Amino acid sequence: MSSTPPKFASGSISRPLPRLEDERFLRGGSRYVSDLIATSKALRVAVLRSPHAHARIAAVDASKARTWSGVIAVLTAVDLTNIGDLPCDWASPGMDVVPQQPVLARDRVRYVGEPIAAVAAETAHAAEDALAAITVTYQKLPGVADQEAALEDGAPRLHDAVPGNIAFRFPRAGGNVARAFAEAGVVIRRRLTNSRATAAPLEGRAVLSDFDSRADRLIHHTSSQLPHVHARSLGKCLGLPLHKLRLVVPDIGGGFGAKLGFYAEDVICALLSMRTGRPCAWKEGRGESFLATTHGRDQIQYVELAARRDGRIIGLKTRIIADLGAYAFGMGPGVPAINTGLSVTGLYRIPNVETEVIGVYTNRTPTGPYRGAGHPEATFLIERVVDDLARELARDPIELRRVNFVPASATPYLLPTGLTLDSGDYAAAMDTALALAGYAELRKQQVQLRRQGHYFGIGLAAFAENSGVGPSMAMDAVGFRRAGHESARVVVHPDARATVFCGTQSTGQGHTTGLAQIAAGVLGIAVEDIAVVEGDSHAIPFGTGTFNSRTTSIGGSAVYEAARKIMDKATKIAAHKLQRRPRDLVYENGLFRVIPHPGARSSITRLGMKLGERIVRIVVKRRSGFALHVPKRGVDSVTFADIAREAHLGHDLPLGMVPGLDEICFFDPKDMLVDYGVHVAVVEVDAETGHVALLRHVMLDDCGRIINPLLVEGQVHGGAAQGIGQALMEAVVHDSDGQPLVGSYNDYAMPHATDMPAFETARAEIPTNLNPLGVRGVGEGATIGATPAVVNAVLDALAPLGVTDIAIPMTPMRVWQAVERAQHDLSSRSTSPSGHDAFVEATRLVPESRS
Amino acid sequence: MAAVSMTVNGRGVRGEVEGRTMLVEFLREHLGLTGTHVGCDTTQCGACIVHVNGLAMKSCTMLALQCEGAAVTTIEALAPPGKPLHPMQAAFREHHALQCGYCTSGMVMIALDIARRFGEPDEATIREQLKGNICRCTGYHNIVKAIAAGARAMARQHA
Repeated sequence: MSSTPPKFASGSISRPLPRLEDERFLRGGSRYVSDLIATSKALRVAVLRSPHAHARIAAVDASKARTWSGVIAVLTAVDLTNIGDLPCDWASPGMDVVPQQPVLARDRVRYVGEPIAAVAAETAHAAEDALAAITVTYQKLPGVADQEAALEDGAPRLHDAVPGNIAFRFPRAGGNVARAFAEAGVVIRRRLTNSRATAAPLEGRAVLSDFDSRADRLIHHTSSQLPHVHARSLGKCLGLPLHKLRLVVPDIGGGFGAKLGFYAEDVICALLSMRTGRPCAWKEGRGESFLATTHGRDQIQYVELAARRDGRIIGLKTRIIADLGAYAFGMGPGVPAINTGLSVTGLYRIPNVETEVIGVYTNRTPTGPYRGAGHPEATFLIERVVDDLARELARDPIELRRVNFVPASATPYLLPTGLTLDSGDYAAAMDTALALAGYAELRKQQVQLRRQGHYFGIGLAAFAENSGVGPSMAMDAVGFRRAGHESARVVVHPDARATVFCGTQSTGQGHTTGLAQIAAGVLGIAVEDIAVVEGDSHAIPFGTGTFNSRTTSIGGSAVYEAARKIMDKATKIAAHKLQRRPRDLVYENGLFRVIPHPGARSSITRLGMKLGERIVRIVVKRRSGFALHVPKRGVDSVTFADIAREAHLGHDLPLGMVPGLDEICFFDPKDMLVDYGVHVAVVEVDAETGHVALLRHVMLDDCGRIINPLLVEGQVHGGAAQGIGQALMEAVVHDSDGQPLVGSYNDYAMPHATDMPAFETARAEIPTNLNPLGVRGVGEGATIGATPAVVNAVLDALAPLGVTDIAIPMTPMRVWQAVERAQHDLSSRSTSPSGHDAFVEATRLVPESRS
Repeated sequence: MAAVSMTVNGRGVRGEVEGRTMLVEFLREHLGLTGTHVGCDTTQCGACIVHVNGLAMKSCTMLALQCEGAAVTTIEALAPPGKPLHPMQAAFREHHALQCGYCTSGMVMIALDIARRFGEPDEATIREQLKGNICRCTGYHNIVKAIAAGARAMARQHA
């Protein structure tokens, strides 16, 4: 199953190396866009946003603001002639009309926070003050803030060209679903809500745009996960060619998908700089971030699962209604359509599947990818109902999973939805996680604790993520208007130090260290002797960017291949110097050596090479009178440093070889790969208060070959925290008209240190053969697995009380209400409430005071 | 505009600020000390923590004028350029307690405050004391480990 192992010349791989970039951050030497702004002379930009979820704009009067003290320029929609709308670069297949958000609202606003006007002033305070002097006359329209309400007859229509607010319907089917359901011994039906959450990176978005009118060049600093893609988007909106537009991304304070969108403020700042001739800067306030940076998730999921009484799942039907928010924005539509729609079967062998994703416009902030991007929603769906099935059949959920997992022997396994699970041993992964958790012991403990009146629950989730976006040729078919490859350039300098340029973009993952480890491993030099450069559209040939856990598998493979090319050339130079064939040399830790006893063929080649060189020397001497360098005799090794110098000087290279050690690779994978894992969560629920205490969280990941275990752990911990956050506390909430009720960290509950346990982690390392490194993704897996594991644990804890469903986030209020409801039901019914026809009453994501 | 003067990282500084200028704005924009960050504007996240007269304070909710005559210490002062990292900074690096780095200066500054108040705190104490700080990247696991290790190293240094 595994690929040929990658070839490394030093031990830099698989080492828990502390990060090279840390010291700078720890000394206060960060370079976020906002840091660059703080020390620049840029004009400060403030943005006027819609206070209404849906309204016509009758008039915008900015005349007073233009005369405000300190104000240099004001932009409204009428100032934006020939400026393109914000691109949507992942539309669902079959989506004919794509309503894009304008940079500044023209005649209508469709969500609270939509930009209407912008002011550039000498100070941030002056810019903010001037916003108050802009008068906008609105005619309020009825809004709709719920995707099911938006589908109803007579619901307010957001876009004239989109009847029924339906952006797309994306169906997939495989097998014979009708027969499966007819033959089923048991059917589980559920309506689930996957709540609206937001990435909320600690650093908000920020832009510093500087147009040099004399040179006719724009240098644009922005916090983007997709430097090259966003350079193209900006160029398209402004009509600027790419050789005159340099987009630079310095440090980023977290992204998690929120910085994949291309936003209005980029265009606003660039345009203001072009119009004023001064650098213009904007940084997002936290309140703005909640309004105007994409949210994630937000799906209503109707699920029907058909199984035989022996536990074998034979059919799955899903109808998923995804809220896209007010526009088709960035990657928004593709996330639910493709990532959720194609992944609903999880890691299970379900032969008969029918699924439909319906994308709907509502008067809320556009949605986009958020860590896991569609996979957490799919995993939540399937892992919830698999547990429900286990309860229905009174089977242990692990047994049921074991029966239904795609076996390792069946991989690569083509799912009925069209995706492929490339490799992996899911049952073995579950066994490892269960052993680490002490599952059998936990179940015994549970029996005892239940007797003592404790609500102790154990929850399991197995997840898969199709990661490592590519290959490029498949992207268009799924509506993805981007490449699927990644570029890397490796340059070895004359002093044998190296710089790696890569089209990926770190938002904190540690690419400076991880990519350097890969290059160091191939080049056989110290990790500290390698610099990694990302985020510069003029320094890096091209980039697809960082998302979908693709940096190490795709970008890392590009680095690996480029470094291999360097080594091929360096080995040829070394062979030339040692007068051997390249294959007669070994290279390790910076030294090329002739292998002992290279054989008769090597000796013959050597004689030939010597002869050839002698002829060259004689010819040169006769023609020019100068003597060429005579190679030393009896030497059987040469250092990488010697080769690096020689490659640049070019004094003594093999005939016909061009100088330099500078190689580029565009790595385009053959297919997407799957990273997977199993989580076990252990909770205790206080039935009196509804408080959930997460006692333990155990995670097993298979992310293939590991470059740096420290970085992998970090991704797993942080990913889990976000998944747990969605399960227990995080929710972006609007009222029924679309007014946001969450606007700060005060009311958007983010996990704190006291909410998290010390994580317990382990890893399987089954290399994939879809890339030369054998690595899978890891950045999002834990977010995908954590939510359903915690949710299943809470439902397991409360099963004795008859609780069968609690909408996420499972806040104390909701848990308490569910317990109350279940007890009321128990006391008012003479028969047991359980039964496979019980269709759980919807608990909608509305403000808790109203639910 | 009003004049304000204070000692920042041992150096006397003065400036002209609007009344509404926050301490963090004064540090970042007037003094160019950009190691201290703003994450939330509402005193939840702690990315802006500095020490004012020896106590950990959130500089995004403190007016610069309130610090007239005060002694302010920021992340930049912990390890002068060319000198080794402070043991708490070193522990953060060793334990991979930072990813994007945005909350880090606030975390290190509160960690020093925790070490000052609790000596060698246990895990539960550290978690409790981090209630005013948010990290979105690490899940806190490694931050908690780093603070325990850093506090231990500091205690050994003083012993």
